[in-house]
Amino acid sequence: MNVIRFILQNHTQVLELTLEHLWLVGVSTAFATLIGVPLGILISHRPRLNKPVLASANIIQTIPSLALFGFLLPMPWLGERSDRLAILALTLYALLPIIRNTFTGICGVDPAVVEAGRGMGLTESQLLFQVELPLAMSVILSGVRVAIVISVGLATIAAAIGAGGLGEFIFRGLAMVDDRVILAGAIPAAVLALSADVGVGWLERRLRPR
Amino acid sequence: MQRHTERRDPVCPDPEPWVSRKTPVCCADMQPDRSTPVIEFRDVSYCVNGTQVLSELNLQVAGGETLVLLGRSGSGKTTTLKLINRLVSPTSGEILVNGTPNGQGDIIRLRRGIGYVIQDAGLFPHFTVERNIGLVPKIEGWPDEKIRQRARDLMQLVGLPPEMASRYPHQLSGGQRQRVGVARALAADPAILLMDEPFGALDPLTRDELQREFLLLQQRLHKTVVFVTHDLREALRLGTRIALMEAGKLVTVLSPAEFLKSTDRWAAAYVRAFGDGLESAANRGTS
Repeated sequence: MNVIRFILQNHTQVLELTLEHLWLVGVSTAFATLIGVPLGILISHRPRLNKPVLASANIIQTIPSLALFGFLLPMPWLGERSDRLAILALTLYALLPIIRNTFTGICGVDPAVVEAGRGMGLTESQLLFQVELPLAMSVILSGVRVAIVISVGLATIAAAIGAGGLGEFIFRGLAMVDDRVILAGAIPAAVLALSADVGVGWLERRLRPR
Repeated sequence: MQRHTERRDPVCPDPEPWVSRKTPVCCADMQPDRSTPVIEFRDVSYCVNGTQVLSELNLQVAGGETLVLLGRSGSGKTTTLKLINRLVSPTSGEILVNGTPNGQGDIIRLRRGIGYVIQDAGLFPHFTVERNIGLVPKIEGWPDEKIRQRARDLMQLVGLPPEMASRYPHQLSGGQRQRVGVARALAADPAILLMDEPFGALDPLTRDELQREFLLLQQRLHKTVVFVTHDLREALRLGTRIALMEAGKLVTVLSPAEFLKSTDRWAAAYVRAFGDGLESAANRGTS
């Protein structure tokens, strides 16, 4: 109950940090989708590229997040504003699920359907936009969904480099040894992750091919 | 389908200017012509990863005939079919479609002028029946109303009730899906139809029904059909001529009646394997 009272007392700050958090997650997911989906399409059509691309994305995923934030700090332009830095790092982490699901989704389209389309005289881009992408859409979206949930959690660590977001409360709470403050960051972050999960999940079901 | 035969043919109506403009000139407006081959294979070989899939294939398909490619799995019959619409490119030799090598010019145009039907139909699961049928007209830029009309006409032609237009493929039976597949292939009125074991996955009764309807359809439309099957009974029933293939080679090309009497080793083996009652199948199932 103390936690709820604390959140209510500081509601303007909670709201502000939640919006900051949403900004970090939203922008990085948008970037990751813009990069990851085309990359996934590319590697599904060029089988030779799929190993190196997926391996690189995998390696990025294994770098501890705190270390990555630290590594990026001395970079010019990026280091000047910590939210740029945080967005870059979050984008890198979100790439793997998006690339992998795009790849899996497109490879999972029934080859007979693709061949029928090609045999009927669809061009490669018509095949991609009218057949492959619509049929892979729900798998691609489930990748985006995973990416968002991961990002909401990771973005709390961005506070360590001063990028803001709900992590501010968590780090402050840790320093003050005050559970209320930690939870004031953790609870809204969990709510964010859950609602993003439910929202994108709904979209995913709507777009699932029958 | 039988019930439509007396009516005016809804699928080949009087020449409509937008049909001839929008479909490739090379194929769409050809009348059946038995003197010059519509499809011709000249010394065609095809290798993949060092394996000879087809060797030295020479074959002619006349306008309006149904040529059946008969052979067991791996004999190269599907590859032969895909060489025609260039889903596969030959290692050597050339394939002429309406007198022009099919490797020259626009492959997309070539394919849009050739209907293609595969086993299980290969329908787009996210499109309704109507959109599946209207796909080629749509990408050819036909006006929407013409596409809808065309889809309705074709559904009637292949014996699908009009209320199925808004269904999705997973809501149809195997036989209905195959009918949609045939209608889709006929949509832009191609002169050539390639059929790759179209009735292979159907139960015997449905297969029989579709074979009968195919014959009736072919009596009216006179398409040049290349039909792949491993079923001798089907080959005898549907084919004008049967091209027997074995291990990537064309063994012989015979009419159904000649096939039954043939002394060729492979042809005789086929007849033996299928046993009695083949003569009635060779009667073209129209009785």
